[in-house]
Amino acid sequence: MGAKVNTAAAGTANFVDDRTSIGGFVKFFARKLFPDHWSFMLGEIALYAFIVLLLSGVFLTAFFVPSMETVEYEGAFETMHGVEMTKAFESTLHTSFEVPGGLLIRQIHHWSALLFLAAIMTHMCRVFFTGAFRKPRELNWLVGFTLMVLGLAAGFTGYSLPDDVLSGNGLRIIDGVVKSIPIIGSYTSYWLFGGEFPGTALIPRLFTAHILLVPGLILALIAVHLFLVFLHKHTQYPGGGKTDRNVVGLPLFPVYTAKAGGFFFVVFGVIALVAALFTINPVWNYGPYDPSPVSAGTQPDWYILFVDGALRLMPGWIFGIPMEWEIFGYTLSMNILTPALIMPGLFFGFIALYPWIEKWATGDRGEKHVLDRPRNVPVRTGIGVATITFYVILVLEGSNDIVANLFHLSLNDLTIFFQWAIFILPPIMFWVTRRICMGLQRKDRELVLHGHETGTIVRHENGEYIEVHSPLSEQEVWLRVQHEDIAPLEIAPEYNEHGVRRKGYRWDRFKQALSRFYYEDRISPVTKAEFDEAQHHHDHGHAEADIQAADAKDADKRLTEEWDKVEDEASK
Amino acid sequence: MSTPEHPTEPEVKNGFTDPGLADHRPRRADVEPKADKRAERQVAALFTVSIIGTVIALWAYFTKNDMEPGNVADIQSTNMWIGLGIALAMLGIGFGAIHWAKTLMRDHEMVEERHALRSSDEAREGAIQNLKDGVEDSGLATPDESGTGVKRRSVLKGSLITAMAIAPLAVLVPQIGNMGADWNVGKFRHTMWAPGVRLTRDPDGTPIKAADVTIGSVFHVIPDGLNDLDHHHKMDQKAKAVVLLVRLDPKDLKIREGREDWSFDGIVAYSKICTHVGCPVALYEQQTHHLLCPCHQSTFDVSDGAKVVFGPAKRPLPQLPIAVDDDGYIVAQNDFDEPVGPSYWERLKGDAGTATVEEETH
Repeated sequence: MGAKVNTAAAGTANFVDDRTSIGGFVKFFARKLFPDHWSFMLGEIALYAFIVLLLSGVFLTAFFVPSMETVEYEGAFETMHGVEMTKAFESTLHTSFEVPGGLLIRQIHHWSALLFLAAIMTHMCRVFFTGAFRKPRELNWLVGFTLMVLGLAAGFTGYSLPDDVLSGNGLRIIDGVVKSIPIIGSYTSYWLFGGEFPGTALIPRLFTAHILLVPGLILALIAVHLFLVFLHKHTQYPGGGKTDRNVVGLPLFPVYTAKAGGFFFVVFGVIALVAALFTINPVWNYGPYDPSPVSAGTQPDWYILFVDGALRLMPGWIFGIPMEWEIFGYTLSMNILTPALIMPGLFFGFIALYPWIEKWATGDRGEKHVLDRPRNVPVRTGIGVATITFYVILVLEGSNDIVANLFHLSLNDLTIFFQWAIFILPPIMFWVTRRICMGLQRKDRELVLHGHETGTIVRHENGEYIEVHSPLSEQEVWLRVQHEDIAPLEIAPEYNEHGVRRKGYRWDRFKQALSRFYYEDRISPVTKAEFDEAQHHHDHGHAEADIQAADAKDADKRLTEEWDKVEDEASK
Repeated sequence: MSTPEHPTEPEVKNGFTDPGLADHRPRRADVEPKADKRAERQVAALFTVSIIGTVIALWAYFTKNDMEPGNVADIQSTNMWIGLGIALAMLGIGFGAIHWAKTLMRDHEMVEERHALRSSDEAREGAIQNLKDGVEDSGLATPDESGTGVKRRSVLKGSLITAMAIAPLAVLVPQIGNMGADWNVGKFRHTMWAPGVRLTRDPDGTPIKAADVTIGSVFHVIPDGLNDLDHHHKMDQKAKAVVLLVRLDPKDLKIREGREDWSFDGIVAYSKICTHVGCPVALYEQQTHHLLCPCHQSTFDVSDGAKVVFGPAKRPLPQLPIAVDDDGYIVAQNDFDEPVGPSYWERLKGDAGTATVEEETH
């Protein structure tokens, strides 16, 4: 049997290779090494959630009718009998209540969409905090960033398809935002909705975007993303034997085929479990879209919350100054443009360009394949935490009514608090994080120079107490001393020796200022010279302490013996 | 490819020498044949769990599938059992494969060298040379050009670029042009309200007598005749025309200048569409006379011209002038005197497109 299979496999392999020269390809890929770390699977979760989205999405397209034609509901869900609704909503109810497994697949689809974006964002945080975006991976950071934006687009277009009251109100908000765009706003709204809101064109258009345009782009970019991962080879965390010139890990076949392949099934299984047990987006409770009703506590999906939060945060009047301006009879709604378009534009622009911003400060230092420990780049880590703080404030403000209700707070006070916090908290978090990182770096220096605390206290003859320290292992030391000590950039002077002003001097000055911001105030890693000196000092200390510890033990023993003797005599 | 020993010199950083890979610590299954056997059995058991999961999913589909149509509880339990079956089927395979990899497959790390990504200098030069040769072959630019050649080629280049730049218009203009229907954005500024149109209850469309509106009560209102429209026009019109009708004690009501006759004995009507981004302003606080938009919490004071007292909206809600007809029903005096809903660029500009709108709504 085994031999037969082997012959068949060899025959097939031969057939395919004769026609494709795939052998070289397999040779190259099969034993490619991947480093092992739990944080490397965050991106995998995103990939697998996307595959689950494709699988469940294909199921749903078999039943969903992307049409805004109206029907009177006569289906299985009696509460809705006789209600006028679009075919999109009716087919959603049909899938939920008349197709066995239909509701399950809808919920699998929705839960995986939430997970997809959560995984992408967590993965981006991992890449950011470990500096995995540095040369040569800047382009792949951009590809990943674009995938995140496309993920938001995929989520929003899909969320709106059932044409229920909640998503309809979401679309109405989009309409309001689009109309605020100067000059072309009203026309863009007509272009999008095919006339006045809500019209009859939108659901079919969103459907095409949701099942063809956006996922097509995502698939193509995932291919580019993974190709670049293979081309660059994976980054690795610092440690003995791990350098910028090698990659240490386990082979794709069989170890990662089993681990990563198995992990797909785990992700699918967990999504199925959640979808089987927890209802999400029960559109049958909301009803079909109608422009009049809306319920308190309306929420978009979590990944849209930050924009919704910004819309809630921006006041229409600031200290009596209106945020909607009339200029030559034209209306400019800064209270809508600022939170819904300008803020996300700047926020995303900053994220997309971050690798270059850091490069201006750092200069080109060659390919970096060993990851940073976040504490070793305090300014970057601080910026990351400040950005997350900014984002989280917006998300919380996006559900401010629910937060206020839950904690019995005044909704207005909460909003006013966030209006101040959005400016005050991120800088504070930046500063605190940076200080914590520097504290951890100092702790690392301390450990390398003086060793671990052992908890053994020894008393000197002169009465002084000292704690015995045990030195770190070679590996422990290397982890704490292998990073680069980056100093602020030095730039050439403004005028050359002939007194002629240098071109590009201002740009250099800017880079220098940025560089100082990053690296002026820093904790350098321990150098070998410092280490040797500390060792030398310790050797004395150690020897002395050891002798004293031995003395103390001897004395102890002597006393015990004497005591025993006394006791013996007494008992006699 | 994979060389456990170092072919290159160890790294030196800050004066320290790289100690090399940490020692590999064997797992129990590596050293104890019993542990190895046990791991194998565990992996096989996990795969069996997956098989059971698939059976559960199929069983749930086939046996629970002959439920009564319309029984929501039945379909929910079918969904749950199929879901639990799928979850087991997937988790069994997943955990089995991972457990296999972690206990029985190689865990001794290997080392692979990286190569700089930059192409070699020869390759770069070759690439540049090839591109130069290509440009020369195309006849677009030659390093040693004669007078006439340059002229012809710049015409060639210019015409090509122009052609390429405008060619997409041939596709995009019809595409974009068709997508916006009639582009008559003047329709925003008009609603179904007109002199004498009765205010009726949302959604059933029964008219409202002034006597029915007690102090403190609130009515969600649609214009009379809205329910006779076909669904599509109904939605478009409803999106603009919905109104909230409230009666206050007349002494609580501050009446705006020029709107003295817009209300009736403390009854006022305001557009329900938020002036922020257009959500329905559906929550009324009787005690404070505040209207609250549940989407972004813009708050309007009904007793004072629906002016903004909190939140992201800038403008008050537009007021619908009302009166009472001979039968005692509340009617509109006129349409709103300003566009309802969110602001847009040409909001304060002229009244283009009125005529066509009138035609289309009827």
